[in-house]
Amino acid sequence: MSRNKVIYAVAFAAALAAPHFAYPVFLMQILCFALYASAFNLLFGYTGLLSFGHAAFFGSAAYVTGHTVKVMGFTPELGILAGALTAAALGLVIGGLAIRRQGIYFAMITFALAEVVYFVALQAPFTGGEDGLQSVPRGKLFGLIDLSNPFRMYYFVLAIYIAGLLFIYRITRSPFGQVLRGIRENEARTISLGYKTDRYKLVAFVLSATLAGVAGGTKTLVMQLASLTDVHWHKSGEVVMMTLLGGVGTIAGPSVGAALVVTLNETLAELGEWVTFIIGAFFVACVLAFRRGIVGTLGPLVARNWVKRRSSTDV
Amino acid sequence: MSETFGFPAQMLFGQLLLGLINGSFYALLSLGLAVIFGMLNVINFAHGALYMAGAFTAWLLLQFLGVSYWVSLVLSPLIVGLFGVVIEKTMLARLYKLDHIYGLLLTFGIALMIEAVFRHYYGVSGKIYPPPPALQGGMELGFMFLPTYRAWVILVSLIVCIAIWYIVERTRLGAYLRAGTENPVLVQTFGINVPRLVTLTYGLGVALAAFAGVLAAPVYQVNPLMGSNIIVVIFAVVVIGGLGSIMGTIVTGLGIGIIEGLTKVIYPEASHVVIFVIMAVVLLLRPAGLFGRTK
Repeated sequence: MSRNKVIYAVAFAAALAAPHFAYPVFLMQILCFALYASAFNLLFGYTGLLSFGHAAFFGSAAYVTGHTVKVMGFTPELGILAGALTAAALGLVIGGLAIRRQGIYFAMITFALAEVVYFVALQAPFTGGEDGLQSVPRGKLFGLIDLSNPFRMYYFVLAIYIAGLLFIYRITRSPFGQVLRGIRENEARTISLGYKTDRYKLVAFVLSATLAGVAGGTKTLVMQLASLTDVHWHKSGEVVMMTLLGGVGTIAGPSVGAALVVTLNETLAELGEWVTFIIGAFFVACVLAFRRGIVGTLGPLVARNWVKRRSSTDV
Repeated sequence: MSETFGFPAQMLFGQLLLGLINGSFYALLSLGLAVIFGMLNVINFAHGALYMAGAFTAWLLLQFLGVSYWVSLVLSPLIVGLFGVVIEKTMLARLYKLDHIYGLLLTFGIALMIEAVFRHYYGVSGKIYPPPPALQGGMELGFMFLPTYRAWVILVSLIVCIAIWYIVERTRLGAYLRAGTENPVLVQTFGINVPRLVTLTYGLGVALAAFAGVLAAPVYQVNPLMGSNIIVVIFAVVVIGGLGSIMGTIVTGLGIGIIEGLTKVIYPEASHVVIFVIMAVVLLLRPAGLFGRTK
């Protein structure tokens, strides 16, 4: 068995057992943000595009899922689908505009356009303004399985997370993913090889937005709440932080980072504004001294030791 | 009452004035952003937070030390500018060899920290900063009432903007700056201390943000959120104008302010969004920005 398979098998077993040891809602929150960060990483880590407006996709999907489930009586899976489609459409518009500029401008454009989504959420009648959409029912999966039981809900969320992650993994290992990596490394050369990089970038953007939407919609069902914090630019920044802390451009990194940041937020909640300060300080520290992140730093170390041990036992 | 284009004149000119004031701040802030970007290749995400810090420094100086507006107008940019120099020396300087994205991320973290500190101590409610006695009151122009302080803000902003333009485009120091932007290695071989030039540029850009903050204190309330509210607009202004030309940045800032003011008269609901609509249109028609250079 390869090293990675062992790690993933252990992680999977731990994820299955986890709700018996920790508060399920807390774990589900981690899974939602892990998917959100992984979606962001598909764009930032694998394509090299820094979106500073991913809260727009996460938040708009959160609202649409909340609205369709609560007011229109959608089943949970259809609610999440509606949220994801909204995020995809929004991704097409914002991504289509943003890819007209590169680098820092790309970040600024996504940031500014996400702010428009925030304004809309603040003023649109169906979002509930400052109150948000409260007590969204979790409903019955496919109209059959009641999700108000936290354990069932947990395994539903876990399934979504794993499906999302496998999808991302598949993309990064495909020829399409190879082109994305080519764009990240050297866009001019990729163009000269005959690839229409704008199309690739747009598809990557829409995929990332859609998955962020799935995460946002699922989060609404978990917390039974969609609010302005979901579309606020702090959420856009937080996902950059999670990805950076965990390891940009690694499969597991964003999930590790998300788990850390969510735990940090929960345990330090009573500190109020200082949480933001600490998050900011982490950001600065990461950028200055820890750019490869936890998985990016530990991964190669573990790999080296594994190879050493393997070769010594094999002989 | 007289009417212009079917709108009450009082309201039209009132909003136009407000737009011009907002535009002055947009111009001052995006100018600082442009100058910093030109030299450091860093988009200073902390620009809004430092603008807020400038306003708060003035408020704190008045509250606890009784320092007057006129002294604060110099002292606050000095203090915040010095803080900027420390940021550049200790942190930003380590990132120049990396992708420019890291500078943006670093300053984003710094912005979070600054805002959190002020929010912790002062909440999200605004503090009132009275305009200095000499600038209180106003004059009746016949078609509208012009508060003296607002006239002062527009005048000073314009003078400062033009002064910066003059320094960068017409003086020897500005020539060093522009040369440093083009080719730092070559400029260094001519015996000019480029790292110091870079530090000073960042300090100056940041001081400019703080200066705008002090100017803004009596117009708006001094509020920990004022920075993150304005930085979004500033980014849009920068995308619309492009960072290539100093004069272009100033014109775009003022123009956007005026358009925003006019929108408030014609269709108030859209006034928050109009800037971003303009940004989208510019991106579609002229991706490099109105005054930007295409690479």
